[in-house]
Amino acid sequence: MKLFRIRGGVHPEYRKELASEKAIVAMPLPRLLRVPLQQHVGAPAEPVVAIGDTVGKGQLIARAQGAVSAPVHAPTSGAVVDIANLTAPHPSGLPQRTIVIESDGRDAWAELPPPIEDPLSASPREIARRVGECGIVGLGGATFPAAVKLDLRSRHELDILVMNGAECEPYLTCDDRLMRERAPEIIDGVRIMAHALGVDRVIIAIESNKPQALESMTRAAAGVANLSVIGIPTRYPMGSERHLVQALTGRETPARQLTADIGVVVHNVGTAHAVHQAVRYGRPLISRVVTVSGHGVCEPGNVEVPLGTMVSELIAFRGGLTEEAPRLLTGGPMMGQPLPSLDVPVIKGTSGILALTKEETRIQPAQACIRCGSCVSACPVGLVPVDMVALVRKDNLDEAAAAGVMDCISCGSCAYICPAHIPLVQYFNYAKGRLNAIQRDEQKRDRVKRLVEARAARMAKLAEAKRAAMAARKAAAAPPKPDPDSPPAAAQ
Amino acid sequence: MLTAVGSLAMLGVTFGTLLGIASRYLRVDENPLEAELEALLPGSQCGQCGFAGCKQAASALAAGQAKPTLCPPGGRALAAALAERLGVSVDLSDTEELEPEVAFVNEDICIGCMRCLQDCSSDALVGGPKQIHTVITDICHGCGKCAKVCPTEAIEMRPVPITLANWHWHKPDPRQYMN
Repeated sequence: MKLFRIRGGVHPEYRKELASEKAIVAMPLPRLLRVPLQQHVGAPAEPVVAIGDTVGKGQLIARAQGAVSAPVHAPTSGAVVDIANLTAPHPSGLPQRTIVIESDGRDAWAELPPPIEDPLSASPREIARRVGECGIVGLGGATFPAAVKLDLRSRHELDILVMNGAECEPYLTCDDRLMRERAPEIIDGVRIMAHALGVDRVIIAIESNKPQALESMTRAAAGVANLSVIGIPTRYPMGSERHLVQALTGRETPARQLTADIGVVVHNVGTAHAVHQAVRYGRPLISRVVTVSGHGVCEPGNVEVPLGTMVSELIAFRGGLTEEAPRLLTGGPMMGQPLPSLDVPVIKGTSGILALTKEETRIQPAQACIRCGSCVSACPVGLVPVDMVALVRKDNLDEAAAAGVMDCISCGSCAYICPAHIPLVQYFNYAKGRLNAIQRDEQKRDRVKRLVEARAARMAKLAEAKRAAMAARKAAAAPPKPDPDSPPAAAQ
Repeated sequence: MLTAVGSLAMLGVTFGTLLGIASRYLRVDENPLEAELEALLPGSQCGQCGFAGCKQAASALAAGQAKPTLCPPGGRALAAALAERLGVSVDLSDTEELEPEVAFVNEDICIGCMRCLQDCSSDALVGGPKQIHTVITDICHGCGKCAKVCPTEAIEMRPVPITLANWHWHKPDPRQYMN
């Protein structure tokens, strides 16, 4: 198959060998599981259990709210002991509503929805509904509710489903291991998703640095019509959906649009595995494979972790930390976020937990920009980081927005390549956050303005009604007039 | 010489008359500048500028009786926009960027008198007589009028709480970046 060039990108040291040869192991069940209500993009879920309730494994504990949202299920059987605000696995360290479940050790399934008989002839609606009910979100890290992306047929003309097995972030190997070990299940999930989307072509794209995954997926996909498994060049950020689509189809996604607008849907291979579980067995998303890696952890590996497990317990399961204070990240080293502490839960979007030593991070003080232009050639979306950073440093955000800072995908290629170690992507993340905040403020101001005008109109109406009522009363109280046709004001 | 003076005088008289007539028949009642300035202002009628509302503030601005920095909720961005529209230069260095605030009702001491409800221009306060009142923070514009009228001082102004939904990365430390 012909592949197309993508612009920019970098070749970081992949360091995947730390965990890539470690088979997926199951995490022993922790005593307490802390399940946050927002593990997805969209509105947080709303609890449907109360403190003291007993729940079965896979039972719904919080339902989705609104069109873009995802429900949350109990990762094991036990009792709900608390619904509290606990630290979220988020760089801010802010609290988030979390349901705490104490395991009863039996790990007994609740009554699950029945499997969908013959999903390849079921209606696409039914599959999307099941995927939504099972709380499945994009497991590549973006955590967008998968059901919404399976129901795109109504609004977009779709012809290709791309399964993202690129896993271009260094260190991470969870998708690699999943594809090596559970290829038939993934292929089954892919076929179900392709049927739901009604596409006529499926491409499973895997970076060529994962030959075993490529081989096992090719074997599992043999004989499936219109499905091809493709090895793609290893280059960061190949796993960005826009870049993957461009590399495979040559179609470029316009700025601020979706790949669906050009007829392509991208799902992660882990999501396909979860879809298989949901459709064939009725099992909701209550665990995921997490890569625990970095030289800061004693035994790197890939672990199937019940959602809600504390990161501290997961690290203890992998032999603990090798040094006092390594740099802790959730996700990969390029786009991952620092963790506020080890006392945060693993959630649906946790693809990796990295503990990086000083030698690995090689954080160095920034120096003056020498205007070498490396960031310009590395930027995969064609921006000019060197100019944008100058604007952001002066808080000249309007001009930074005009220079395209909102189109930055935060891949970090510029900051990685910068010989002066300038924290470019950090500046852009700040600028994007500020610009979003300004936009939110503007929306609020417009809303308030409308409400103020509505109130003023209402008050005027009330005053008018009061005056009219008063006049009517006065007219009624006044002695009968000779001329009943005269206006009430004339009665005085 | 006389012709020149005469013709210029004639021109002056003609155009003067025309302008006089035009100013009478094509008169615009409202200063269009005021409307434009009012559109720039937040429109929440909070009164923090010292005028009764945004409309009055706009006319004061148009008449040159107020500074472009008059609107505290608008902050620096609004001051700059107003100054640009008015064509004046403005010193923004001492315009404080106010931290946005919202009202908070201390439920232990709210007596449900409904006075704050009457003063809220955006209906952000809800409650009934002798029922504890509360604030819809999403539409509270932080003018603080309710806090002033509350007889039990149950309302205080608090900074807008930072949540996972509105948190964003801070600016990298400039000391890390030498020039």
